[in-house]
Amino acid sequence: MSAAEDRLTRQSARNGWLLSAPALVLLMVAAIGPLVIIIIYSFLTPGQYGNVVWDFSLDGWVSILFTRDIFDGTLGLADAHLTIFWRSVSLSIMTTVVAFALGFPTAWFIATRPARQRAMWLFLITIPFWTNLLIRTFAIMEVIRAEGVLNTALLWAGIIETPLAIIYTDVAVLIGMAYVYLPLMVLPLFAAIDRFDMRLLEAGYDLYASRWQVLRRVILPIVKPGIVAGSILVFIPSLGAYVTPRVLGGGKNMMIGNFIELQFLAGRNWPLGAALSVTLLVIVTAALLIYVRAANRGSNPHG
Amino acid sequence: MAERRFEISRIPGFATVAVATFVMLYLPIAALVTYSFNAGNSVAVWEGFSLHWYQDAWNNQAVKDATARSLIIAVCAAVISTTVATLAAMGTTRRARFRGDTFIYVAINQPLMVPEIVTAVALMILFGMVKEATGYQGLGYLILAHSAFCIPFAYLPIRARLEGMDLSLETAAGDLYATPWQTFRHVTLPLLGPGILAGAMLAFVISLDDVIITEFVKSGGQDTLPTYMLGQLRRTMTPEVNAISTALLALTVVLLTIFFLLTRKRE
Repeated sequence: MSAAEDRLTRQSARNGWLLSAPALVLLMVAAIGPLVIIIIYSFLTPGQYGNVVWDFSLDGWVSILFTRDIFDGTLGLADAHLTIFWRSVSLSIMTTVVAFALGFPTAWFIATRPARQRAMWLFLITIPFWTNLLIRTFAIMEVIRAEGVLNTALLWAGIIETPLAIIYTDVAVLIGMAYVYLPLMVLPLFAAIDRFDMRLLEAGYDLYASRWQVLRRVILPIVKPGIVAGSILVFIPSLGAYVTPRVLGGGKNMMIGNFIELQFLAGRNWPLGAALSVTLLVIVTAALLIYVRAANRGSNPHG
Repeated sequence: MAERRFEISRIPGFATVAVATFVMLYLPIAALVTYSFNAGNSVAVWEGFSLHWYQDAWNNQAVKDATARSLIIAVCAAVISTTVATLAAMGTTRRARFRGDTFIYVAINQPLMVPEIVTAVALMILFGMVKEATGYQGLGYLILAHSAFCIPFAYLPIRARLEGMDLSLETAAGDLYATPWQTFRHVTLPLLGPGILAGAMLAFVISLDDVIITEFVKSGGQDTLPTYMLGQLRRTMTPEVNAISTALLALTVVLLTIFFLLTRKRE
């Protein structure tokens, strides 16, 4: 590298850091920095009325999975916590599956529209994507509540005789999350299918493949990076969901997000809440790393 | 009977599922909007058309205050986040790669990756300490928090716009003895304008929609529209919530339409 080039690189680095500094400071104060506090708090002792006492303790971490018996002090598995983790993970997986089952045909449909219509269909997916999550959750509640649109329609049609009790169950949370996170599945799937070379289908049919074989052997393997991306983009917010389970789960059917809130707002156990937050953060980061790898592979079809 | 052409890209059933999905996507929103015009005070039984829930919401002091607060926070957050995001975009695009540029990129996008509930409790602890130490309880905390998580939303469209601009005009300005500031002011900024406006709008919408972080950071009596609506859940819901939702929805659609017109690629 010549001296002039070297100077140019150094100047570029200096200006780059200087120009980014205000944004970085703001993020350090109000987004990244506070996460450090959460990590520290997870190793402290809970205070009597919420908050913490500054004594080192691993209890926050231990109590994620175990409870101490009040009589003999032995550790036992915390069943209530395990139920909440299991509900969070299983509901998030089911949400991802439902979103894929509906999202893949939808993305395929949009990608195979004539070019002029495509932008319109895509816009129809994007509007809900940017619409307030709370409003969309209220909207789906309007449909599945006891006297909601669904029950009214089914009763009117004579299909059921008593209203279906969907609201405030795990099913309600599942329907709600699939509804609010569906656009996150459709958009990356569309991006992958849009790049798909339709001539490959011709080749498949020329070689006497059936529709099903073409779908399974040609389409799915090629758009797989889009499937991974969409699945992770749905799975991550589902796992950290707070608003949807609070509104549709009715307080009983908690997920990790609501469980974390409970530790802080009911003032019960801040270190446990902090440890749970760090756990959630680690899982989400791991999922994101998988996503980045899939996305990189997607941009390089021969990789 | 005409022979049906074998369409290569058609997969049986997909169009049906897709159309059904679009219906499922919009039916709940349609129901929400419809009941905002209900004359009765139920969100389930239709009793005729009326605008009185909009009137009620408009005359409700709590809603008025929450609206004002939401708008103040969103405007401040949009201005602050767009300003710092524009600078950061200038610092990270169209230049030689440098040590740490990946770090800056990841840091800027960090709010997109961390679950909101985690940031929310972290900020609650931090700002709780500051509130205790300084006694200041104002909107500043919410503005600060919103400005931070809006940064990536402002940054991405600005960066995309910058990447599409080549450096020749700026080089020409430099050749004609414009100072770096003059070049920025008279060449780069006007070209970048639509990107900045698009970024500011996204930041505004994102701030306006936020529930979780606001819920945890706000001091007593600092409800924004979304946290006010969340609070209504504890009571019997009336179509007033539908009316507020519909108004917010309309605002979002208008802003998004403008956003798409701004960022549309020139044909």
